[in-house]
Parts: sequence; structure tokens; C-alpha cells
Amino acid sequence: MKEFAVYRRKKYIIYSLVAVPLLLSLILPLSILLPTSSKDISASVLAPLLENEVTIFIILAALLPAIIASYSLIGEKIEKSLEPLLATPATDGELLLGKSLAAFIPSIGATYAGAILYIAVVDSLATGRIGYIPLPDWNTAVILLTTAPLACIFSVEFSVIISSRVNDIRAAQQLGSLVILPLLAIFLLGETNVLAPNSYDMLIVSGILLVADVMLSFVFRATFQREEILTKWK
Amino acid sequence: MGAAIEAQGLTKRFGEVTAVQDVTLRVEEGEVFGFLGPNGAGKTTTVRMLCCLISKTSGNASIEGYEIGKKEDQVKVREIVGILPENVGLYEELTAYRNLDFYGRMFGCPDRQRQEAIERLLKMLDLWDKRDRIAGTFSKGMKQKVAIARALLHDPRVVFLDEPTANLDPESAKTTRDFILELKKEKRTIFLNTHNLDEAQRICDRIGVLKTSLIAVGSPDELRASLWGRKTVVHLVTLGRTITAAVRDLGYSQIEEAGMNKLIIDVKDPDAENPAIVGAIVRAGGEVRFVTELRPTLEDVYLRLVKSGGAQA
Repeated sequence: MKEFAVYRRKKYIIYSLVAVPLLLSLILPLSILLPTSSKDISASVLAPLLENEVTIFIILAALLPAIIASYSLIGEKIEKSLEPLLATPATDGELLLGKSLAAFIPSIGATYAGAILYIAVVDSLATGRIGYIPLPDWNTAVILLTTAPLACIFSVEFSVIISSRVNDIRAAQQLGSLVILPLLAIFLLGETNVLAPNSYDMLIVSGILLVADVMLSFVFRATFQREEILTKWK
Repeated sequence: MGAAIEAQGLTKRFGEVTAVQDVTLRVEEGEVFGFLGPNGAGKTTTVRMLCCLISKTSGNASIEGYEIGKKEDQVKVREIVGILPENVGLYEELTAYRNLDFYGRMFGCPDRQRQEAIERLLKMLDLWDKRDRIAGTFSKGMKQKVAIARALLHDPRVVFLDEPTANLDPESAKTTRDFILELKKEKRTIFLNTHNLDEAQRICDRIGVLKTSLIAVGSPDELRASLWGRKTVVHLVTLGRTITAAVRDLGYSQIEEAGMNKLIIDVKDPDAENPAIVGAIVRAGGEVRFVTELRPTLEDVYLRLVKSGGAQA
């Protein structure tokens, strides 16, 4: 709860959590459905196009923790509030879990809120033209229930590791944002019709992310130890 | 009384660098123990080891019987100690009350007990009216007070204070010192890291001087006596050789003829020896104006200890 109280006072965190999902949820479907030229797009093309765009929420789920987790840890380093926190009876694992959830919950919450808005906009504007309610489909379910949370976890872990090595919030956010590059590739390949990720493909991506999460968790846990934080974190 | 803090051969190395070497000390329950030492002497590292924030390389230590090296005791140690780190480290975006409330929860204080403790401490520190102000807007002194309240929220039996009055204005420093004296009355064990020798002299029952290893431990008077011995200063109307010879005849070899007709004599027990000294001087024709005791300041003691590395202690 402390983290959320701090976030509420940091405008750029609020803007990131509200504005980015809001813009993506509105701009993406409206850019396809509103232009008059889109009326020429056949339903058989329009439906997969709108369905593919759901992959943007994987990127969003990975991007938001880079902003929040970096602030959460580097903010503590800057305010030198880590030592009193480490002096509490909480174990290293509990502190790490707390910090991780404080980045994970708002990130995935904002991602889901954006996704729900996206689905609502798409369904309300495209159902008539396509002839059926396009979203959510199985692909969307897999993306939102497995791929996006796993990408979010990966980003939280990566951001904690980055935050232990740098002292500047922006530098940490920029480095942490690198995590979206491979996910961006999936989105762009889908957008350019090189790849049309279906639910099966997304399960494979989720599997890869799960393995990556587990592997990174060893570094992540080794990074977040009292002695390491007090003596080696820069 | 038992030992609240006990360390035997406590050592910490960071790679090739030895930060703390073979520290052995015992702090009794209810005692205020001052830890003096130059920058980089290992004071903060020692406190961090004792509070189970970092591991020891070798040796042993315990807080109220809980061993710092035992994994199962470490959480217990952190539960029973309160720590004021060198950097106060408040959450600047939160109010004073929310800062304390958060830490109260982290220490597992039940709601009612936590609220009462916050109110009691903020009132004692004269911050209750400012409890809803954002900590980032506070002066250094006010932040320090909130941090002290934070260290005491869970009613710890052992309190570690690292430079509690550093960078404070004289008024805030005095308030903080007075508060530490209040804690002393409550019979809490206080381990005080400080550079402020005057503060150490006024507050501490015993003092340890650290320069990587512990070079001296004792009460301020014991440290003075161990380095300087005790000296009687006889102020005379005039000082002549016959007077010095008369004192020497009493068996005193360490006699210094100082300016302003002063005779400085090394003694063991001034109360018992001064009458004989004055008698000898008077019999030798001397006229005594008054007699005082030469007391080196704690600063003199500290500087001599640190320069000598404890060789004379």
C-alpha cells in the first residue's frame, strides 16, 4: 500500500498507467476503423487485423514495470530509504515479493483495463461490419491470461536487476524498456502480415517467456539480498 | 543485569579489505554505549553486522542472546532492535504519519498499538501537529526526529543510533540528545555511533574507540585515567627548587614545573595524597593558593588513542 501511496504522488507514473493504455486502446482500433478508407477493407482482413493488435498488450505489460519498478527501487536508493527497510524483520524474499507485486499489480491492472477498453471499442465499432463479435477470441485469452503476465514478470525481474546497477531513474527505465524489443518484433511481424500469431503461437511464446522468467529469477533473487544491496548496489 | 550485546572476535572483510577486525565487547542491558572512531573506522559496518543487515566474516556476536550468525535468529534480532541509520531515509512523498504507519506494519505492530505508539512518539518529539505534512517538506531536524520515532515504534529493547545529531542545528541536536537521555531512563540499551565527543561524554556510560579494531573501552573517566593517570595541580604564590625537591622527597618522580607558578604532580589517589603534598610544600616554605585536578578532555583522550592506534590504552 505504501508503494501505491507513493505512486499516487508521482504524476508521471499515474500518466504512464492511465494515459498509455488509454491511448493504445483508443488510437489502435480507431486508426483502423474510423478512416473512410477502412470501409473498403473486407471483413476477412479486418477481423485478423484487429485480433493481431491485441499483441500490443504484451508490449504494454512489459513496458509498464520498467517505469514503475525502476522508480520503486532507484527512488529508494536516491532517498536512501533501503537501509531502514532492510532493518525490518521482513525476509529478503518477502521484500522482493512486495517490491515485485508493487510493480506487477498496477502494470497488469493497467494492461487489462486497456485491453478491456480495446475489446469494447473494437466490438462496438466492428461487429456490424464483420458480422460477429470479434473479441475476445482464444488468441486474446491466451495473450491476456498467459503471455502478458509472463512478459510483465520478466520485465519486473529485469528492471530489478537493472535498478541494482544504476542510480538514475531514467537510465534504468530506458535500459529496462529494452525488454520490449523482442516482443515488439512479434507485434510488427503480425502487423506486416509476415506472421499471424494464433493462440498456439502465443502459447509457444508464453512457454519461452516462462523459461526466461525462471532463468532470470535466479539472478533476480541473488541481486536482492540485504548484504548485496547495502554493500554492492551503486 | 545480563549482556544486551556481546561480540567476540567479530570481523568483517570485503574482499581484501578488512573493515572490522576482531572486535570483542559486551554492552549491558540498559547501558548507553558510545562507539567512537574516525571515518572509515568500521562503526557502521559493526552496527550493520550486529543488526543482521550484513554477514560477519568470522567471530561471534549476539543480541539479547540471539546469535547474529544463525539464520533462524536473524529475524528475531531485527524484531528486537531499532536502528537509526546514518541517512534517515524517510519516504519523502509520504506524510510523517504514513512513514511511521508503514514501518509499524513492517514490524508487525497491531493496529491499536501502532497508532498509540505513533501518537506517543510524535507527541514526545513535538511533531504530532505536523503528522500529516509530507516528510519531504520537513527540515533535517524534523526528519531526524521522525526517523528516531521510526526506530522506536516497535518498542525495541536495543537501539542503535548512527550519528543521531550529525548535521543538526544546535537546538535540534539538543532535543535529540534529551530524547536519548529519556530512552536511557527507560532502561533501553543504546548503542550510539558518534563523532561528537561532547555528546558521548554527556550521554554514554561507557565508550569504545574503534579504528578497524577496538582500541579502548571504558567509561570516559577510565579512559582518561588509563591514558593520563591522574594529576594534581598545585597553584603557588612562587615556585622554587626547594618546593619541587620537597615534593620529590615524598616519592613522586613525575613532577612538572609549569608556568604561572604551577606544579603538576602525577598521583594515584588525589583525595588521599593531596594533603601530604600540600603539607610538604608548606613545610618547605611554599604558599599554596589553591589545588586543582588536571582533567584531559575526552577529545584529548580520543585523539591520543586514535593517533597511537590504542598502543597506550
